[in-house]
Amino acid sequence: MIAEVENSIDTKEYFINMGPQHPSTHGVLRLVLTLDGEIIKKIEPHIGYVHRSIEKMCEKDSYQQIVHLTDRMDYLSCHINNEAVCLAVESGLGIEVPERVKVIRTILDELTRISSHLLWWGVMGMDLGALTTFFYGFRDREIITDIFEETCGARLTMNYNIPGGLMNDVPPQFSKRIKDLIIHLKKKLPEYDTLLTENVIFMERTKGIGILSREDAISYGVTGPAGRASGFACDIRKVNPYSAYRQVSFKEILFHEGDTFSRYKARILEMWESISILEQLVDNIPEGDFFTKTKAVIKLPVGEYFQRVETARGELGVYIISDGKKNPYRVKFRSPGFSNLFVLNQIAKGCKIADLVAIMSTLDLVIPDIDR
Amino acid sequence: MNEVSEYIKDVAKGVKTLLGGLSVTGYYFFHPKEIITQQYPENRGTLKMFDRFRGEVIMPHNEKNEHRCNGCSSCELACPNGSIRIVSKHLLLENGKKKKIIDQHIYNLSLCTLCNACVKACPTDALKMSQEFEHATFGRVELIKVLNKTGSVVMEGLEE
Repeated sequence: MIAEVENSIDTKEYFINMGPQHPSTHGVLRLVLTLDGEIIKKIEPHIGYVHRSIEKMCEKDSYQQIVHLTDRMDYLSCHINNEAVCLAVESGLGIEVPERVKVIRTILDELTRISSHLLWWGVMGMDLGALTTFFYGFRDREIITDIFEETCGARLTMNYNIPGGLMNDVPPQFSKRIKDLIIHLKKKLPEYDTLLTENVIFMERTKGIGILSREDAISYGVTGPAGRASGFACDIRKVNPYSAYRQVSFKEILFHEGDTFSRYKARILEMWESISILEQLVDNIPEGDFFTKTKAVIKLPVGEYFQRVETARGELGVYIISDGKKNPYRVKFRSPGFSNLFVLNQIAKGCKIADLVAIMSTLDLVIPDIDR
Repeated sequence: MNEVSEYIKDVAKGVKTLLGGLSVTGYYFFHPKEIITQQYPENRGTLKMFDRFRGEVIMPHNEKNEHRCNGCSSCELACPNGSIRIVSKHLLLENGKKKKIIDQHIYNLSLCTLCNACVKACPTDALKMSQEFEHATFGRVELIKVLNKTGSVVMEGLEE
């Protein structure tokens, strides 16, 4: 009887749209799901809803003006995006920034990473139905945004780096604020573990779900904590150190399970590593200038320049082709979110829709980064 | 028998972790002083933004209604979004020569991304970022501002 019904009515496979307006896609991402009952057969991401053609806009802007556009790509690690462009332009000009700039940039990078991971942690809990984490994550992130506001002048789109250095010197109470933050976070991060990591419902929903193998991570180009949770050692801070990352010692967090829970763990442990980097640097900010003087109109020599950095989501590559004019001929961003999104079909196949939410959350997608 | 004891152990472990989570939220329930939420419109009087906070571009004037802008258009060129436009006029001097002076410094806040490029580019430090952040208006036209006040002149010694 059941077989008859199944054959006579077309009940086998059907499509639904997840998004573009869906709370757990964290932006305007549309996923076309092919389902069999509740089992996912195929996921087709449709992107482009917040495409602002940043790469094209870069072609009409001068090198100083490009920097502020990268704020709007991956807005949660915008300081790191800024730095990537500045490093590429600086390498093209052949200028060496002062040590002070390198250390301050590294400190702000790590603050950005912590703040991004705190937001991710809050949203991850919220996606799985624990609204409390959202408030706790934002509470601790607020201290970091206050530091940014005092130092850079903005809470989210900081635009603090300029080719050649920094826009302003750091305020006098900068070190003290970071020390306070470290004390605060060391007290609060264990709370996160009690609240969510050790929670039995959370563990049941994440352990063994969405397994990404190391081979797939490499072939799809999944970087960042998502790639490292599959055992792919891809931390640019280790592989190709920039700024002050040569001076500091930190562990690259690697897991080999590749499931949702290890991706979650990788980010939590990365926050601890970032705190240890901050501890090493905060008392060792060298004296000196906060910028190297560049010409008012920067013209890169004819050629191609590439710089990659480790954002909170993975590897960001900035590729600039210059034809010797004051505007770049072509700018290409290799954004981590784009590669991380398209592995979704591989790892969420055979899961349930509720699992897909958890998997997507640990990939930590920022849609403006994917669309650019 | 073994399965039953495993099951009970699992349940006990699960309950323990849930109670652990509840103890964290319970702590904040009984310690309201740890809550950092601010009541925004109510605390307007005491709310102070940081000095570097970028709210909007302003042009400070002194008490003699003088500003520091000589109309060199550096900010106009530095702006990535075209939110600044400088309108200059020609003044006929006594000796018959013409002199270019600034007429209007038009700033369109609705296009501005508050990137600070204009303030950095200004050679005479005429522009500044203000800490004002309440920009809501009833029309987009109100966001187009003329930064130099009517009748204001450029400070002595800063003319081009």
